[in-house]
Amino acid sequence: MKDIEVLIIGGGPAGLCAASAAASMGAKVLICERNQDLGGQLMIQTGKFFGNKHAGMRGFQIGAELLQEIAAYPQIEVWTGATVLGIYEDGVVTCLYQGEHQKIKPAKIIIATGASENFLSFPGNDLPGVYAAGAAETLVHAGVKPAERVLMVGAGNIGLTVSYQLKQSGVDVAAVIEVMPQIGGYLVHASKLQRCGIPIKTSMTIAEAYGNGKVEGAKIVKLDENRQVIPGSEEDIVCDAICLSVGLSPLAELCWLAGCKMACIRELGGCVPLVDQTMETTVSGVYAAGDVSGLEEATTAMLEGRLAGISAAAALGYKVDQAAEMQEACRRELKTLRSGPMSEKIRHGLEKMAAKRGAVVC
Amino acid sequence: MADQTIVCRCEDVTREDILAAINAGCRTLDEIKRVTRAGMGPCQGRTCRNLIAQELAKIYGISVEDVLMPTFRAPVEPVKVGVLAQAYQEEEGENK
Repeated sequence: MKDIEVLIIGGGPAGLCAASAAASMGAKVLICERNQDLGGQLMIQTGKFFGNKHAGMRGFQIGAELLQEIAAYPQIEVWTGATVLGIYEDGVVTCLYQGEHQKIKPAKIIIATGASENFLSFPGNDLPGVYAAGAAETLVHAGVKPAERVLMVGAGNIGLTVSYQLKQSGVDVAAVIEVMPQIGGYLVHASKLQRCGIPIKTSMTIAEAYGNGKVEGAKIVKLDENRQVIPGSEEDIVCDAICLSVGLSPLAELCWLAGCKMACIRELGGCVPLVDQTMETTVSGVYAAGDVSGLEEATTAMLEGRLAGISAAAALGYKVDQAAEMQEACRRELKTLRSGPMSEKIRHGLEKMAAKRGAVVC
Repeated sequence: MADQTIVCRCEDVTREDILAAINAGCRTLDEIKRVTRAGMGPCQGRTCRNLIAQELAKIYGISVEDVLMPTFRAPVEPVKVGVLAQAYQEEEGENK
């Protein structure tokens, strides 16, 4: 059994910021990351960020900065290739690490497991060549060209930015289609695609994928204002891959196992643990930060992680006198980032969470 | 097969299988899981859970937010029995 003060599950942007915040206050931290590398999706993102202090930096550059911060703290231990399997009533966490079943007894737990990509149901959706957009992005990052010509389903930020990365990698993007009547992501991303001549078609969805043993094309259809297929609107798209970027779902299994009170909140992407304004769940000593507590962006995930790290360390007795002010600074910055018109959905989701929790959330 | 719509990739459960289970009286994700095995494969329902919830919501005229979630149990990812057995043996040894 391994004892640790703060266990952080997930080494993406939220988990890394939680780790450095907790360590900076003096806590001993263990990060368990399922993948072989820390940094999560940041490490494969080549687009520039905007928002706060990272404005103008590319995702992988922000990731590199976070990794440097982590490396500077000797009291942060990192397990990579470590999959957390369960959280039990007695507070014991089990983890598969280096081929062995490990038991960890943490004083505080920060769950920062992120999210997984949604799948879509349509005929032919199991043909080789149907990818989650993030999978295509991962292949590009690994130096593998996933296809010659793709159809991107979904014009949210992931669909738009991955389309651009694919285009930059020499993949022809036949079209980006979006079920909603408007583009979901930032217009700056959409404009970049349109300048490359990639059409973005709204109020359209995929009717089927076809091909002999692999994707050879797709039928797409136009939808009316009630999301019903308009007869005769079918278009044929010749492509050898279809990328799905139809939203993400919080990876909240461990929150359920920990006994956290959960709520399904559509604006936050699905079932999330109810957190308070310190990022603590309804289970004392268990915190959640980043996409797992509500789908948002890397910038807000990093701040939530930092807030959770400060809260966990303060609850252990570290720098208690300074904690309140540091927490407030995180909350102020979160509020600023969430003040724009694009954040209306998340604000509404957080209001729902506050009502369900019966307390203020950050 | 290009004419199939797969909902649960791990267990090869189609949309038609899910709709048949609902027609036969299944009202929750757990019931559908027990009848069709959807959600019982290696990914433990991460892919199909939302898709099935959407079908239930549509048929019963409720919000996806109100679809009852299944029970989550450890381990959240598949583990070889040998790994668990080894851990058990080591713990037995420590306790002697």
